[in-house]
Amino acid sequence: MARMTFADLAARAQARPAVANQPIIRVGMSTCGIAAGADPVFAALNAAVKDRSLDWRVRRTGCAGMCSMEPLVEVTLPGQPAVMFGGVTPEFATQIVVDCAAGKPLPAENRVPGLAELARVAGDPVPAAGEDAPRQYRIVMRNCGVIDPEEIDEYIDRGGYQALGKVLSSMTPEQVIGELKTAGLRGRGGAGFPAWLKWNLTRESKGDEHIIVCNGDEGDPGAYMDRSVLEGDPHAVLEGMIIGGFVIGATTGFFYIRAEYPLAIQRIEKAIRQAKAAGLLGKNILGTEFSFTVEVRLGAGAFVCGEETALIASLEGQRGTPRPRPPYPSVKGLWGQPTMINNVESLANLSQIVARGGEWFSTIGVGRSTGTKVFAVTGKVKNAGLVEIPMGMTLREVVEGICGGTSSGGPIKAVQTGGPSGGLIPATELDTPITYEHLQKLGSYMGSGGMMVMDESDDLVELSRFYLGFCVDESCGKCAPCRIGGTQMLRLLDRIADGKGTTADVATIKRLARAMQRASLCGLGQGAPSPILSALRYFESEFADRLVPEAN
Amino acid sequence: MTDKIQATINNLPVEVPAGATILDAARQVSVRIPTLCKHPDLDATAACGICIVRIKGSNKMLRACCTPLEPDMDITTEDPEIIQVRRTVVEMILSRHPNECLTCGRNQNCELQTIAADFGLREICLDSIVPDLPIDESTHAITLDPRKCITCGRCIQVCQQIQDVWALTFLQRGIDTRIAAAGDISLADSPCVRCGQCSAHCPTGAIVEYDETQEVWDKLLDPDAFCVAQLAPAVRVAIGEAFGFPVGTNLTGKTYAALRRMGFDAVFDTNFGADLTIMEEAHEFVQRFSDPDAVLPLITTCCPSWVDFMEKFHDDMIPHFSSCKSPQAMVGALAKTYYAEKMGLDPAKIYVVSVMPCTAKKFEIIRSKEMRSSGFQDVDTSLTTRELARMIKQSGINFKALAEEQPDHMLGAYTGAGTIFGATGGVMEAALRTSHFLLTGENPERLDFQKTRGLDGVKEGTAIIAGHEIRFAVAHGLGNVETVLTRVREARDAGTEPPYHFIEVMACPGGCVGGGGQPYGVTDKLRAKRAAGLYQDDQAGLWRCSHENPYIQKLYADFLGQPGGEKSEHLLHTSYRTRKTYRR
Repeated sequence: MARMTFADLAARAQARPAVANQPIIRVGMSTCGIAAGADPVFAALNAAVKDRSLDWRVRRTGCAGMCSMEPLVEVTLPGQPAVMFGGVTPEFATQIVVDCAAGKPLPAENRVPGLAELARVAGDPVPAAGEDAPRQYRIVMRNCGVIDPEEIDEYIDRGGYQALGKVLSSMTPEQVIGELKTAGLRGRGGAGFPAWLKWNLTRESKGDEHIIVCNGDEGDPGAYMDRSVLEGDPHAVLEGMIIGGFVIGATTGFFYIRAEYPLAIQRIEKAIRQAKAAGLLGKNILGTEFSFTVEVRLGAGAFVCGEETALIASLEGQRGTPRPRPPYPSVKGLWGQPTMINNVESLANLSQIVARGGEWFSTIGVGRSTGTKVFAVTGKVKNAGLVEIPMGMTLREVVEGICGGTSSGGPIKAVQTGGPSGGLIPATELDTPITYEHLQKLGSYMGSGGMMVMDESDDLVELSRFYLGFCVDESCGKCAPCRIGGTQMLRLLDRIADGKGTTADVATIKRLARAMQRASLCGLGQGAPSPILSALRYFESEFADRLVPEAN
Repeated sequence: MTDKIQATINNLPVEVPAGATILDAARQVSVRIPTLCKHPDLDATAACGICIVRIKGSNKMLRACCTPLEPDMDITTEDPEIIQVRRTVVEMILSRHPNECLTCGRNQNCELQTIAADFGLREICLDSIVPDLPIDESTHAITLDPRKCITCGRCIQVCQQIQDVWALTFLQRGIDTRIAAAGDISLADSPCVRCGQCSAHCPTGAIVEYDETQEVWDKLLDPDAFCVAQLAPAVRVAIGEAFGFPVGTNLTGKTYAALRRMGFDAVFDTNFGADLTIMEEAHEFVQRFSDPDAVLPLITTCCPSWVDFMEKFHDDMIPHFSSCKSPQAMVGALAKTYYAEKMGLDPAKIYVVSVMPCTAKKFEIIRSKEMRSSGFQDVDTSLTTRELARMIKQSGINFKALAEEQPDHMLGAYTGAGTIFGATGGVMEAALRTSHFLLTGENPERLDFQKTRGLDGVKEGTAIIAGHEIRFAVAHGLGNVETVLTRVREARDAGTEPPYHFIEVMACPGGCVGGGGQPYGVTDKLRAKRAAGLYQDDQAGLWRCSHENPYIQKLYADFLGQPGGEKSEHLLHTSYRTRKTYRR
C-alpha cells in the first residue's frame, strides 16, 4: 500500500465500501478457532469454492467471542442477513458451499446467534435501560470477528486510522488528554488508574526521550481478552499506541507481548509492517513532522512481568522483578526515561474515544466506571467466551443473561473476577453492578477481565489452593512477604485440604494473608491472598468442615 | 532540588531535603524503623518488607526505605497492625532460615538475629522450610552458604553496582530464589575477585570469610613451627570495634601483645612491608618518570582484588602495572629469607600468618609462583580482622586490659607513610613523599597531600616535584576504576600525553579500612573514622617517610642491596598475566 495522506484518509472515510454481490464466508481464525479446528474448515471451504470455480470470498477473521462454539463460520449471501454456524466441521463446511451453490437454502443445523444478535458496536446507539437490544456493546471488540485482521484495508474501511488522522491534523496533545479526561477511561489492566492522569503525567515528565509501552503480557488464568484483541484487531491497538506516542511526545513504542501468544505476535508484526507501508507509522506519519516507530518485545513467560516495573526490568534485559514505586514509570521508567505503559484493551479504546469524543464514551457505563469492559467468561458456564459489556451491568446479566448460566443447568455457586489477585463473589451477590468500586467492596476487583463461574460441584478450598499455587509459582522471589508468605500459606492450605488443618491454621493463614497484603512490594504479592480471604469470608464452612475436630 | 520537605512522623515535625526517604527522615527525629535489607551504602532493594509504615488513616503501608517523603505527609511508624505485620514477616524469614545461630560465624553479630531478638519471637508457627543447598567454598576466600541467605540482595548490589564485578546474581525465582554466581558455576570460576564486600554487607551468615582460624591454632600448637604474625595497616584501627572501643581507635600495641599471648613467636608489622613497597615502587616510578620511553601512568598493585580485576577485565593495563608485590607478600618473603638468616632459623619451619582487612589476601598468597620466592610459600595463611578478633576472644584474652607492646623491629618498625596505606590515597601520598626525596634529595615541605585523602570515588591532583608536574589519580571501589582507565585509554589511543603519571587503585570503598574482612557494619562514617585513626598514627610517628625507616635502610644495607636490585627483583617483585573470564 502506498503512503497515505490526510486526503486519502478523508476519501476513505467518505467512500462507502462496495456492497458485495457475491457470497462472503468468514471463518473465525483466532487461537480459539484454530484450536477448535478452524484451519481444516478454512481449507475445506477454499477447496469447495475453488473446485466449483465460484467467485465467492472466503475470509479469515478474529474471535467473535463465542469461543465455546468454535469453529465459527459466518455466511453472508448478497442482500441477506449474515448467518452464523457453530461447531463447524470440514464436511459441514463443504456442505454449506455445495448446498448454496446448488441454490438450496443454507443448512438449518448448527446455527448459532449471529454477531448482530449478540452485540451492538461503537457507533450504534447505546442501549437504553429496559430496551430490548443485544446485551453486549462492543467498542474494543468492534472489529473482532468482522474484519480480516491481517488486512489493513478492512480496518480502514471500518473507520480505522481516522482517529489518528484527526489527532495529527487538528488536535493538540492537550486536547487528546482532555478528551480522555472527559471520557473517564480507566486502565483496563486491573487497577483502574485514570488514563488521562497517566498520559498527562508522562507527557509532563522530563527526560531525554519519552517511551510508550503496550502491555500485552496477559497472564491471569482463564483470561485472554488481550490476546483476542491483538489477534482479531491488531490495528486498533496499534492506532491507540501511535496516538499515545504523539500525545506524550514519544518516538519509540514497544509492544511487550508474551511469547506464548505466537499468533498475536505474528499479527501485530504484520500490522506494524502494513502501517509503515501506508505511512501511518515510521517517519513523517501522514506527511506530518511526527515520526514514531514501534518494536515488538517478547515476554518469556513470567506472570510478574505484567507488573509494570517488572515489565520495564524485563525490557531492559534485567531479571523481571518489580522495583519500588515511586518513582513511577511515568516519571522514570524504561532506561530511566518517562514511560507510559498501557494495557492492550485501554489502547484499543483510544481511537473510538478520539473519533467519537470523550463525551460519547462517558455516556456508556456508570459513575466513575465509564465505557465497556471485556470479560473472558470461563468455568462451569454454558457459553464460555468473550463478552464486552457496558460497565454497570450486573454480574447476573453477564453470567446468566449473556452466557446462559451454568453448563450443568444447576445453580451458580460463585463467580471469580480479577484472577489470582481477585476474589470469589457468592451467588447471593450476583446482582452487583460491575464497576471498579462495587467489585472492590465485595473483596474482589475488576482485574484484567477474567471471570470464572463455579457451580455447586466446585470445591472452593481446591480453588483457593489453585489460585494461591499460581501466585506461589509466579512469585519473583524478590520480597520476603510474597516469597515466603505465599509458600507458607499454601502449606497450611494443603494441610486443610488434606483434612489435617486446625482452627489455628486458619488463623495463621489470615495473619499471613494480612502481612502479604500490607508488606508485599507489588500487586502480585498484595493480591495473592484475595482469593482465599474471599473464600473464607463467604464460604468459611467449606474450610471448617475439613478441619480436625477440636478436642473439648 | 535543594527544596526542603516538611512533614510529620509520629506527630513530630520533620524537615528534610527533597528526595530523602521516610527512613532518612525518621532517623533524623530519632524514630527507629526496623529494616533488614537497607544498607546505608546501597540503594534500597525494598526486599525485606519490614520497614513498612503508613500514612495516618490509610490502610496501605509504604516501605520507609524507598519511599520519598512528600510534603505534609503524616506518617505513623508504629501501631498494632504495623507491628503485627512486621513480626509476621520476620517470622516468615525465620521459617526459611536455619536455626544454627550457636555455630554460625555471625553469632551475636547478625542483623537477623538482632531483629528476631528485638521482636521477641518465642515461637515460629510456620514449618521450617530451609532449602538443602550446597556451600560454595571454592574461592578459599569467601564462603557462600545459600541456606542462610534471606535474599535481601545487598551482596548482589555491592558486587554489581559498587564493584562492577557482576559475579553474584539471583538464580531461579519464587521460594527457590537464591544467590550464586551467574550460570550457577562455582564462585572460583566466576568473575569474583574475592574482595569480600559481599560478606561485609551481608546481614546474616550467608556470605562470610573463608575461616582459617583452626589451621592457625593447629600451627600455634605445633612445637616445631616458628609462628610469626604480621599486622596490616587497616587492622589496627578497626579491630577495637570487636571489643567495644570507639571506631578508629589505634590498637597497634595491644594487637601485638594479643598475638604474642596467643603464641606467636614473633610479631611483625605489614606497615614495614608498606615502607618497603614504597621504596621499590617510588624507585620504579622515578625510573619510569625519568625515561621518556617508559610506559606511564604507573598503577599501584598492593590490592589483590584490583590485580585480579585487572587481569580479568583490563589486561591491556598490564604494562602500566607496578611490578611490586604487596606489603604482606614482601614481609612474607623476607620472613623466610632475611629474618630466618639473621635469626638462624630454618625457613621451612617458619609459619607466616598475615592479619589483613581483606578476604582477597587469602587468594593473593597463592596467586602465582612468585608468591613462593623464598623457596617456600612466603605467607602461609592470611586471616581477616574478623578472624583475629574471634581468635582473641577464643583465647579468653582481656584485650582491653592488655599492655601495649612493640613489634619485632627487624620486620616491624614502620613510618607514617606505611601506616596510611590502609586508607584510600595513602599509597599515593606515601609514594609521593619518597618520590620527592628521590628526585630532589629532600623531603617535601608539606608531607600531607590533602588531594589524595577523603572518600570521593575518584580523586585527582597534581604534585610539583623539582619543577615537574606529577599528575595522579586515586580510585577506590572497583566501580570507579572505569572512569580513570577510560581517560588513560583515550589518551593512549589518541597518542596524546597521558592524563596521569601515577594511579592508585583500591578495590574496596575507602581503601583497606573498608576492606571485605573488616568488622561488620561499615558505612562511610566508619570508613572516615578508621582512616582518621591512621592519619593520626602518621602524625604521631617518629618518621613519616618510608626512606627514613632505619630498619628499611638496614635491610637494604645488610641484605637487599639497592631498590630494584637483583635480590629485590627476585623477592619483592612479581608479574601479571591475562586471566580472561566472561564479562556481564
